[in-house]
Amino acid sequence: MSSIHARKFVSADPDKCVGCCVCEYACSFEKEKAFNPLKSRIRVVRLDTVINMSLACRLCEDAPCVTACPRDALTQSEETGVIMVDDDKCNGCGWCIEACDYGAIMLHPERKVVFMCDLCDGDPKCVEWCPEEALDYVTVDVLAQKARIAAVKKLFQEALKPKTT
Amino acid sequence: MFGYAGRILRIDLSTGKKRVNTLTEEVAKKYIGGIGLGMHLLLENSKPGTDPFGPDNPLVLATGPLSGTMAPTAGNGHAFVSKSPATNGLGEAKAHGFFGADLKRAGYDAVIFEQRAEKPVYAWIDDDNVQLLDAKHLWGKSPQETEDLVREDLGDYYIRVASIGMGGEKLSRVACVINDKTRAAGRTGMGAVMGSKNLKAIAVRGTYDVGVAKPEEFIEFVKMLHERMKGPAAAKYRTLGTALNVLVHNSLGALPTRNFTNATFEGAESVSGEYLNERFVAKIVGCSSCAMRCEHIAVVPEGPYKGTTTRVEYEPLWAFGPHCGVDRLDAIVKAMDLCNYYGLDSLSAGNIVGFAMDCYENGILTKEDADGIDLEFGNAEAMVEAVHRIGKREGLGDILAEGVKRAAEKIGKGAEKYANHIKGLEMTGYDIRGLKTAALGYAVSFRGADHNRHGAYGLDLKGTVDRFKFEKGRSKLVIEIEDLYTIIDSLIVCKFSRGTYYKGFEDLANYYTLATGIEMSAEELRLAGERISNLGRLFNVREGLTRKDDHLPPKVMSTPIPDDTVSKGSYITQKELDFMLDDYYASRGWTREGVPTLEKLKDLGLENLSYIAKEKIEKPGKK
Repeated sequence: MSSIHARKFVSADPDKCVGCCVCEYACSFEKEKAFNPLKSRIRVVRLDTVINMSLACRLCEDAPCVTACPRDALTQSEETGVIMVDDDKCNGCGWCIEACDYGAIMLHPERKVVFMCDLCDGDPKCVEWCPEEALDYVTVDVLAQKARIAAVKKLFQEALKPKTT
Repeated sequence: MFGYAGRILRIDLSTGKKRVNTLTEEVAKKYIGGIGLGMHLLLENSKPGTDPFGPDNPLVLATGPLSGTMAPTAGNGHAFVSKSPATNGLGEAKAHGFFGADLKRAGYDAVIFEQRAEKPVYAWIDDDNVQLLDAKHLWGKSPQETEDLVREDLGDYYIRVASIGMGGEKLSRVACVINDKTRAAGRTGMGAVMGSKNLKAIAVRGTYDVGVAKPEEFIEFVKMLHERMKGPAAAKYRTLGTALNVLVHNSLGALPTRNFTNATFEGAESVSGEYLNERFVAKIVGCSSCAMRCEHIAVVPEGPYKGTTTRVEYEPLWAFGPHCGVDRLDAIVKAMDLCNYYGLDSLSAGNIVGFAMDCYENGILTKEDADGIDLEFGNAEAMVEAVHRIGKREGLGDILAEGVKRAAEKIGKGAEKYANHIKGLEMTGYDIRGLKTAALGYAVSFRGADHNRHGAYGLDLKGTVDRFKFEKGRSKLVIEIEDLYTIIDSLIVCKFSRGTYYKGFEDLANYYTLATGIEMSAEELRLAGERISNLGRLFNVREGLTRKDDHLPPKVMSTPIPDDTVSKGSYITQKELDFMLDDYYASRGWTREGVPTLEKLKDLGLENLSYIAKEKIEKPGKK
């Protein structure tokens, strides 16, 4: 099984995310050829006017959704960490939905099966479309690096200002 | 159908009965959607002379053919259309956000609210399941509180809500309808029409797909628009926002100040877009499906209104700022937030406060009349207090809530000289004394004083034309933009995106066809724009509006700009206005009284409405 350090997933930067839902439309169109946020694998949360963030599956290690499924309909890819649903086994009972801390699993509006982000085979369409570049396809390690660099840049913002001659 | 849902929902508020009618392809192509479809439905479902607050004045809520798709800005719009309690003519107001997309997903191109509920109700449109629910517990609540409470009631946090506040409940003629907390269908008193029907809110959940006719080409078109929206055409909205206008208008002597007493404001710097963005703007957010994001969310950083958070645009900033002579941005943001709280059109509300201040300064209103408020120009606290009084309709606020035209009639003593409105709708933030092409657009606008019906200020401000005079041929320029703007409001694309349709009608027609599969050429779409412009006029003609209602605000025609600036001395005479109107009517193919001719109506495929014109042409004096 690939290490959690190697797994890339879709992450939203809440400072950049503006809650526009373009990711939802891009996802539902890519996956189901329809414009319908209810069929999107990534969902936007708008807590108030300034607090926005979209959320998708985070590929947990020993994913609780997989453990929770009483019908063994969910499996996790050893290579990518993506959760896969066997539509023949899933009956939409929703235990995986309860088990997920991120609300990243949804029940399909028309079929009695659940679905979640599958990373578009390593080329997530939501990341490609996001007009704010708020979405990243990254590992947790890179996220930590980015946060670190941003914090240090902020600390030294005066020194980093371009010098004018 | 693609793009369209193909269905029009009718809700009889007195019985709770609902019906669903089919939207035919013929009607769809002819009236497009949004305000075009809304006007068509209003004309078909109302009688001449209807009281705007009467049960037989229908309130039409319409989406556009692109609502619910991924179309940037167009995917999320909706429009309200009804007879306006402010103008007694055509009322229409659009809003964006998230509400319109859900209404389309619920399977409706339009909803017609008919009659009046006996007690306060809210409509719950859950796909095909439509109910009227008790709104007793929501009465008196703000739109923002209502939105939260409705979601709690119905147990779904993704439900979208459009609602009225106290303004609409108390039939203030400047009341708006607010959706998604900060988005307003602001102008022409649509919130008051909702209030008159005892309809507190409309809650929507849509779960159906919205399909387009040519998905792959549509997506490519959307991708192209995304790129354009990252470029110069939308740069203003992504950066400083519309508040950029403050210093631009000020430098051109086109910033109406102290209720059109001046055209420059000495405090402009401290209410400028530059200052706002540096000190107040916490984040710029976007509507559903938008690739531009323009919504500047301001948070007051200090002082008595610290923490107040609201969306800021130029127009309300102008109305509460320069127009009231107020140079304190914290109070302006507070006043705007209160308008959202009470559900008032912030543009008209700011106008009203400025009007009251002008009356006060000129001795028409005393401190006693103003319930002890010192309504001097520039008094920021008094301005905030006045908004509370208007919202609650307390004391003088009860009169002011009627809008400047009716308030002036009630106050008397010559107050009408200070009531800057057209057809009963308050002015917007362009000093048209020195913007004469725009002035024509304002005078003939079918919804009253408004820059958004014609955008002709652009020609004046950019120097495309000599803005200090009016000459033959100018009308044609105004008409061209008017007909484009009616299409923009019928497709319901956002006006902020207008610069991204490089080829104008050609781009928009292509967009329409890719989504709906209905063939549409650029010329056909332009003709639809002209048709809808004429439809607005016809409604007003039917309701008794005449040439004399194509007027300009009193100060624009009485007070030359006094400031030492480029526009000094400019104003508009009756002779000039008459010249403009003659030229405009002739260019439109209308009579000298401003009534569309029968030939014109035939060209536009509006023969079914020629009875309206016929009667006025034969008996011009009859009301």
